[in-house]
Parts: sequence; structure tokens; C-alpha cells
Amino acid sequence: MPEISNEAAVAEAPVRPTQRAEMTKWQWTWKEIKRNKTAYFMLAPFFLLFIIFTILPVFLSMLLGFTDFNMLEMPNIVWFDNYARLFTNDEIFILACKNTLIFAAITGPVSYLLSLLIAWFINELPPKIRAVVTLIFYAPSISGQVYLIWKTLFSSDSYGWVNATLMDLGIIDAPILWFQDANYVMGLCIVVALWTSLGTSFLAFIAGFQTIDRSMYEAAAVDGIKNRWQELWYITLPTMRPQMMFGAVLAITSSFGFGGVVTALCGFPSVDYAAHTIMHHLDDYGGQRYEVGYASAIAMILFVIMFASNIVIKKALSKVGE
Amino acid sequence: MAKKLRTRGHRVVLNRSAGGDTGITFILTIFGAFMFLPMYYVVIQALKPLDELFMFPPRFYVIKPTLKNFSDLFSLMGDSWVPFSRYIFNTVFITICGTVGNLLFASMAAYSLAKLRFPGRNTIFQIIVMSLMFHSTVNQVTHFIILSAFGWVDTYLSIIVPSMATTIGLYLMKQFMETSVPDTVLESARLDGASEFRTYLIIAMPMVKPAWLTLIIECFKGLWNTGASIYIHSEQLKTFNYAIGQILSGGIARSGAGAAATVVMMLVPILVFVLNQSQIIETMGSSGMKD
Repeated sequence: MPEISNEAAVAEAPVRPTQRAEMTKWQWTWKEIKRNKTAYFMLAPFFLLFIIFTILPVFLSMLLGFTDFNMLEMPNIVWFDNYARLFTNDEIFILACKNTLIFAAITGPVSYLLSLLIAWFINELPPKIRAVVTLIFYAPSISGQVYLIWKTLFSSDSYGWVNATLMDLGIIDAPILWFQDANYVMGLCIVVALWTSLGTSFLAFIAGFQTIDRSMYEAAAVDGIKNRWQELWYITLPTMRPQMMFGAVLAITSSFGFGGVVTALCGFPSVDYAAHTIMHHLDDYGGQRYEVGYASAIAMILFVIMFASNIVIKKALSKVGE
Repeated sequence: MAKKLRTRGHRVVLNRSAGGDTGITFILTIFGAFMFLPMYYVVIQALKPLDELFMFPPRFYVIKPTLKNFSDLFSLMGDSWVPFSRYIFNTVFITICGTVGNLLFASMAAYSLAKLRFPGRNTIFQIIVMSLMFHSTVNQVTHFIILSAFGWVDTYLSIIVPSMATTIGLYLMKQFMETSVPDTVLESARLDGASEFRTYLIIAMPMVKPAWLTLIIECFKGLWNTGASIYIHSEQLKTFNYAIGQILSGGIARSGAGAAATVVMMLVPILVFVLNQSQIIETMGSSGMKD
């Protein structure tokens, strides 16, 4: 298409600003849109699907949250009744909120710091060993349902390795029903969630450490940086800030999304709702009882919590190394 | 001031104390064991004959390793109502279609966002970044309503089509294109009369091969592990992951086959990652997000 190359050439020419000044803002935008037809065509397939399957569901939840839709009858508008019911009349929801926040407040930061710390340690290993160690830490996060092995290790009978070992050492006499005991489920689920949490952000950190220019460290050593911790805080982390932002977004998102792990390990609902999260509550009302309106209200609350945490953490991270 | 410099190989190591090195090795070993031992136990379980699987106390090693569990797995699933090969076919089919579609759509969009200047470009990218900030399960109810409006519930389409718009791959590819495809190269292709689409396909795409591989593994791991029981009801359309769940819930007699199935399930993504590790890490180098 020769006209594109002509346009590109015009873009370089000094004539253009005067041309632009003669047009109104909208005329200019419209001309730019026409000139970039191809760009929109290339974006269209992805963006259409993205709108339909990611953005539209959010807006649909927002609207349905104000109704009593149940998949069968025409929905009635009930305004804030669903939200009022959630906060005043649904004890399990309040419990789910508490569990979700505990879960996220532990798995989010711990997995984030663990990824960062391990990536930093790994960075100094020789390349071949580094590749193997990276695989060991990353493998659990890509292997899907492999986390079910924890159910075997913490099996409720004496064939479970943990029970067998504890009994062997004489610490307990009878097997503990790990995943059926309200005292243990939450803790265990957090451990398993952490086990699967060294994912994409971990790789991003490893890559981030590798791209840092070594000469910066040499210069810093001359300037009086005394140990590796000072080096980390004053040089490495500030350079890594973009990767840390990216990692934080992924860590927050996944810390709210461990519902599937909990269901697979403890069943649904978990014993005494001890590991019941907002995600489970949503699944309960949306997927099982078809109270879509109520479920949509739950989804909106979870959505707002995830979004708000992201914004708060982003603000905090921009202060690293200052 | 003669400070003694430590060396590793022939390189001088600055600011590294021997004590710190030991401490770090120690911490890495502890966490490494925590990550590795369960994975190792999965493999060991699959190699144990049935009597060893139920030996007390359970062991972290195998006395008489056997591959019988794997052959059991295939014969067991051969007898079942829906043949085992069908579950594998479903998973492979869904994974390949979804991943190829995502690669094509996301890379076109990434090129457009990274290399073309058009009105609305920043806004669109901001919206995509925002979508990384919430977990997709929050949408599951309305997502289902939309799929049923299209009449896609209980078809392959219900999983394949939405996965084509996975955003993480697009994000990583766009960031990578910005840093590793120089504008001058694209400019000269355009001056030679190449259309924008040709420039993308012939010039830009070969330069970002590491990002393809990253996008592929990101999309692959999601699809390979789909259970998809909400959107798919027909037994013939269910996935391998679902079938494993069925075997595992089949009681003691099936423990061996279940352990073998878990190994098959985990080996594929691990293999895909191992083959592409260095390219994936290269792509992640540009994954950073601005404040």
C-alpha cells in the first residue's frame, strides 16, 4: 500500500503542524482514524472477543446485581436489596469476606516476597544450575491439578505421609482428619496455594534481575555500598520497579482466585465453612442455586475488592527504593 | 585500604560475604525441598506397585518400580464408556485451537498497539491492563449467560473462543515488541511498499519468536488444565483433567492408575516449559509495568 508510506513521509515533513492547526480536533481525529484503518482491523478480532467475554460480563454483573434475576423469570429491579441482604442478613457471606481477606492478605504478600527473594537468590547461580532451580520452583504452578498430591500427603488415614510420620514420632496417637478439621483447613489451603504461586511473576522477576547491568554494581561498590542487602534496596529494586508492578498485579489477582484449590482439597462447602471464600459464595448462588441477581452482587463486591487492592498496592510500590 | 576481594571462577565478586552465601544456599535448599518433594512424590507414587502404595509407613522411595500403573491407566480407560483417547483428544484439540487463535489474534493486536499510532490506542491498552487486575472467575455467572445466548454451552466453542482473547499473552507480546522491534526496520519495509499486515507478518513476527513461545505457554497452561465442567455436560466433550478427577475418586483399586494419570498430566506443560525456558525468560525481561 504505497499511500501509507507517503503518509509516513508526510509525518516527517515540517508542513504537518500547520495542516493540523487548520482542522478542528474532531476533524483531525477522524482523519487519523481513517489513515490508520489497518491498525483497527488488526486489533478488531482480539478486542471484540475481549469486550464480549471480559468487559461485557462485568457490566452485566453490575446491572444484574440490582435485580432478582433467576434464569427463569423476567428480572425485577430491586435496587440495593441484594447488597443489603448480603451485609445484614447473610452470616456466611460475612464469614466468606473474612476468610477471603485472610487468605489474600497472607498468600498475596508471601508469594510475592517469596518470588522476589528466590528469584534474587537464583540470579547468582551459574546458568545451567539456574535453569534447573528455576524449573523446580516454577513447575508446581504450571502442572494443573498436581496440587492434589497434598491430599495424599495429608491423607486422613495413616497412609498419609504426615499422619504416619507424626504417629511414628509419637506426637499423635490417632490420624488427624486434616482437610475435615476446621482448625487446619485454612492453614493447609494457604500452604498449598503458596506452593502453586511461583508463576509468571516469578519468571518476570528472574528476567528482571538478569537484565540489570553488572557495571552498576561495580560502581556502587566503589561508592560505598557495603553488602548485598544495601545493593538490593538502593540499586536492584529501583531498577526492577516495572517488573515489580507487573508481579504485584498478578500476585493480587491470583491471591483472590485460589477458590478452586480450596474446593479440590476440602470439598464444597468446606467443613463449618472454615475455608469458604467469596468465590465459593458466588459459585454457590450463581452456579448451584441460580440466584443470578444475588450472585452478581457478590461478584461486584469481589470485583471492587480486587480492584481497590491493586490501586493501593501500586501506590505503595512506587515508593520502593526512595 | 586493602580489602580482600572474593572471587568466583575468575570473576571478582563484590559485596558478597561467605556467611551470606551459605545462608542463601540454606534458604534455597529448604524452599527447594518444599517445592520439589511433593512433585517427586507424585512420580514415585506412579511407579509404586499397588501393595507398596498402601504400605505403612508410606515411603519416599520405591522398592520395586513398575510401569504397570501406566498400562492400567490405558486399559482402565479403554473399558470405560467414553474411551480414554477421547478425553485426551478433547484436551489436545481445545488446547491447540485456543492457543493458535490466541497467538494469531493477540499478536496482531499487540503489533497494532505497540507499533502503530492511532487515536484510542492508549485507552485500549489501559483497559487491557486493567483486566489483568481481576480474576476471571468473578465473571463466571455472566460469562455463562453470554455463552448460552450464543448457544455455545456444551460445545468446544465455549472454551476455545473466549481463550483466544486471553490478555496476559497480548500484554507480554506488546511489551516485548516495543523493546525489540526497531521502528526503522518497519519503516523501511513500508517504504518498500509492504502493506501493514505484511510488515507485521514478515518483518515483526519473526523478530519476536521468544514472545510467541511465552504467549503459547501462558495460554497452554490454562487450557491444558481446564476441567470445564460448568460449560460442558456431554461426557464425549469432557477433558483429560476431568477424567483424572473421575479416576481419582474411583477408590483404592484405582489409586495406581490415578497416580499415573497425574504424572501424564503434569509432564506435558513441564516439557513445554523446559524446551522454551530461555526464550520465555528473555520475553519476561520486558514485562515491566509503568507506575
